[in-house]
Amino acid sequence: MASDTSRLGFYLLLAPILLWLVVLIILPHIGLFIVSISERVGPRAYEIGLDNYATFFNEPLYWRTFARTAIMSMIATLLTLVLGFPIAYYIAKLTRGRTKTTLFLMCMIPFWVSELVRTFGWMILLRETGVISNTLQYLGLVAGPVEMLYNDAAIMVGLVYTSILFMVVPLVTTLDSLDDSLIEAGYDLGGTNVSIMREIVIPHAMPGIVSGCIVVFMLSLGNYLTPILLGGKDSLWFTGMIYTQFITRFNWELGSAFGFLLLVLSSLVVFAGLKLSRQSLTETMGRT
Amino acid sequence: MIPTVPQPAFAKWCYRAYVAVFFIYLALPLTVVCVFAFNNSVFPSMPWEGFTLAWFFGTEAPFIGVFHERAIMRSIGTSAFVAIWVSGLAVAVGTCNAFLFVRHDFRGKAFLYMLMLLPLIIPGVILGISILVFSSSLANALEDATGMWFDGLRPGLILVILGQFSFITTFASLVISARLQKFDPSLEEAALNLGATKWGAIRQITLPFLLPAIVASAVVSILMSFENFNTTLMLVGSDSPLTITMFDKLKQGSTPVLNAVSLLLIVVSAALGLMSLLFQTKKNQRESV
Repeated sequence: MASDTSRLGFYLLLAPILLWLVVLIILPHIGLFIVSISERVGPRAYEIGLDNYATFFNEPLYWRTFARTAIMSMIATLLTLVLGFPIAYYIAKLTRGRTKTTLFLMCMIPFWVSELVRTFGWMILLRETGVISNTLQYLGLVAGPVEMLYNDAAIMVGLVYTSILFMVVPLVTTLDSLDDSLIEAGYDLGGTNVSIMREIVIPHAMPGIVSGCIVVFMLSLGNYLTPILLGGKDSLWFTGMIYTQFITRFNWELGSAFGFLLLVLSSLVVFAGLKLSRQSLTETMGRT
Repeated sequence: MIPTVPQPAFAKWCYRAYVAVFFIYLALPLTVVCVFAFNNSVFPSMPWEGFTLAWFFGTEAPFIGVFHERAIMRSIGTSAFVAIWVSGLAVAVGTCNAFLFVRHDFRGKAFLYMLMLLPLIIPGVILGISILVFSSSLANALEDATGMWFDGLRPGLILVILGQFSFITTFASLVISARLQKFDPSLEEAALNLGATKWGAIRQITLPFLLPAIVASAVVSILMSFENFNTTLMLVGSDSPLTITMFDKLKQGSTPVLNAVSLLLIVVSAALGLMSLLFQTKKNQRESV
């Protein structure tokens, strides 16, 4: 029939997506990899080799920062899940109608505000002359000003704050789809709160848990603002090192190697998360 | 724990208290940012020195308000320019992607769909440096070959737009696809039976149906572009968008002028965000009636 025009239409639709993905995603990442395996042997002369990766593994500062970033991100993800799950459950199961919409919207508003503004808010709260320090002094709980900024706990507070919404939203969506009668049946059959949580609610919420964890881990791993601003000068975060290599030191080869390592780590974690929960990327991410 | 199954009152109150504390935690940083925008002091910190609007409208140093701070106003303009381009491009490509994935079956469709989702799981910094490295080597190669300059491929607004576009498009595609999936193809067939051309039917029937999703994804794209930091940081040239300017100022030491900008940002983004949601739900309700 009109197969010629529809073929043409098909190719016209295929062109933009291919252009986008090939030019902006695939080729740049291949380029990044190629730069990461080239060594500078002279002005504008390069050889292929794994020197940059060797530098990474031989310099404790580099791989320790890498490990630290990964571990802190994992802790942040766990904290976010533990703190966010009860909230999502409350919104999905214990509220109705207008209250539910309001609470959900209240969760969404900070997500629309720039991360910079949120981090700035925490700086005002936590610094030595900040609100919390002053309140504690006013209440007579501490004698002098307390500096709560520039340590790992501050980074953690900031990381959890910036990413908790990405955990709560998918959790609310999946918990909403759980029929209350299943929980009732669980109670009728003699289940306790704990066993119902473990046998019914959590298995049902698994897709939401996985997609929330993946997004939160990725956001923490790739975060730059929070560790730099809340962690102060001595706090090391891997994205900060990438920035230093690229912009301050102008050592793009080493910076590319760092970038590629970060990419590998985050992909591995996403992959492991999907494998563990037996889901595909398409169904997990397509939902959000 | 569900409403129909009774629980001890104590447990219920503990749960409610936790939820209340959580929402305070959520609101606290934004509240202090807003409150200190009105503090009559040169530092956004305690003690409270009295109420002032100088950080918005002030003209005398050190009280130069947002509306008279040239660097900030210029960067708001830059951000708006970038956001409009990113949003336009993302919605255009997103709409094409929606039609491609919903209407067509082809070999490698699942693979292409997975590729389209990839930008969601690539950290923003990596997206930034990979585009930076690629465009710079392209520029070097082209300049060596032709002897001309290719400034568009060096860090600057074009790269910022491309960098943000590279991942915001995924969001736009998902939102518009979701809407197109709900569309009843028989409406389009009816238009064709009534003598409409293929393109006419799409323009008159399908696109109006998609409009709420298109508007919502345009608004969300603008918001995401405005507040993007990680990708932008790596690609920015001499014209810096708002978040980069604010970050530089924050590193130098903050003044309440930053609170004032933040307050404006909070108000505008909350309003835009709520609008996009309301627009979507209202349309949905009207159709379900």
